[in-house]
Amino acid sequence: MRQALLDYTLHLADNALVMGHRLSEWTGHGPMLEQDIALTNIALDLVGQARNFYQYAAELANKLNDQKRNSEINVATEDTLAYLRDARDFKNLLITETHNGDWGQTISKLFFFSGFQWHFYTELSKSDNDSLSAIAEKSLKEVTYHRRWSSEWVIRLGDGTAESKERMQLAIDKLWSYTFELFQPAQYEIICADLRIGVDVTALQQIWLADITGVLKEAKLSTPVDQENFKRKGGKTGYHSEELGFLLAEMQCLQRAYPGCEW
Amino acid sequence: MQSPNKHITTELIQDILSNVFDPEIPVISVIDLGVLRRIEIDDQVANIVITPTYSGCPAMDVITMQIGIALENKGIKNYNIVRQLSPAWTTDWITEKGRQALLAYGIAPPQGKVFDKSYLENLRVSCPLCRSSNTALLSEFGSTACKALYRCNDCLEPFDYFKCH
Repeated sequence: MRQALLDYTLHLADNALVMGHRLSEWTGHGPMLEQDIALTNIALDLVGQARNFYQYAAELANKLNDQKRNSEINVATEDTLAYLRDARDFKNLLITETHNGDWGQTISKLFFFSGFQWHFYTELSKSDNDSLSAIAEKSLKEVTYHRRWSSEWVIRLGDGTAESKERMQLAIDKLWSYTFELFQPAQYEIICADLRIGVDVTALQQIWLADITGVLKEAKLSTPVDQENFKRKGGKTGYHSEELGFLLAEMQCLQRAYPGCEW
Repeated sequence: MQSPNKHITTELIQDILSNVFDPEIPVISVIDLGVLRRIEIDDQVANIVITPTYSGCPAMDVITMQIGIALENKGIKNYNIVRQLSPAWTTDWITEKGRQALLAYGIAPPQGKVFDKSYLENLRVSCPLCRSSNTALLSEFGSTACKALYRCNDCLEPFDYFKCH
């Protein structure tokens, strides 16, 4: 149970960190200053959420290690968990690690993800675990703005020019195969949901789909048709695309090269 | 020789903290911002409970440090600063004094209340400079995560709006 809770917390932390880090790549590259700043702020919210989850995960990891009485294991901190684990240990959803692509693809990614996070945090704020519910309650307020901002962009681009419509639809179609993983629970999620400390993600699929379909309709875009054979998964248990390796290489290089350095 | 600890009271701590300001909006104190949740005096140890505004707000680390410095400058050495996430911070906790300070500083204070969700509607935000309500939203996210960017259609100045949260 303790291991499942740790894995669950790391999964949530990794989601927020990898998503936040990816979005931060737009810093200085946004199509206009205001939107550059918007994405930077959203990335900052996500990295902040990740810190809260990692701090709690570090507490859990250290308790587990005490139990094993293994003095060889170093003390975990939020930084060791973020900077010193390898791709295979990361439990983030595959959609969070995908390349930003063009503006439409980034918007599409945040639209799917923040729409999911909104329902997820709403449920997690009712968790029997006080630490998780507190982080969820806090994060939900931030995600409310991410969801609204990305939905408005989907509508603006979908119902915009011929080119913006085409590119927005392409972006929606391209990332669709990543959305199934959101609702397929890993073993640790099933255990945590059964104990009422985690969320039953399978129950969120219909309500999420209804939201997404509603916005796409308003944007005059079509909701992709499910392709049974093509549903990406694996991120939750550490099977990632090669995109994550490059992301971690950049994000972790300083701590790898100069362990424990501070400035 | 070290000077003996001052007698610690809630009022004394409150008085000190009313002079600790947000590093990014240096006209509003941690009390008026609603970041300070509680002061508990336990056997002459001050426990100061604070809550972050946004999860990723970089000002929080600085605020924690500044509270420590302010207390130590007044000779208070026995204190703990405790960070608490729940209940989550809301702009509803910004005091009237805080709202006036924001306005005078050129930042439009939050309109509407979070508890009744009225902030999710389209709000009329008045320009903090000319008070015109003929304004337009430029971006949901402004110079910091807690602010949105607006423009006044009358005096044409862009301005920050402290958004409801």
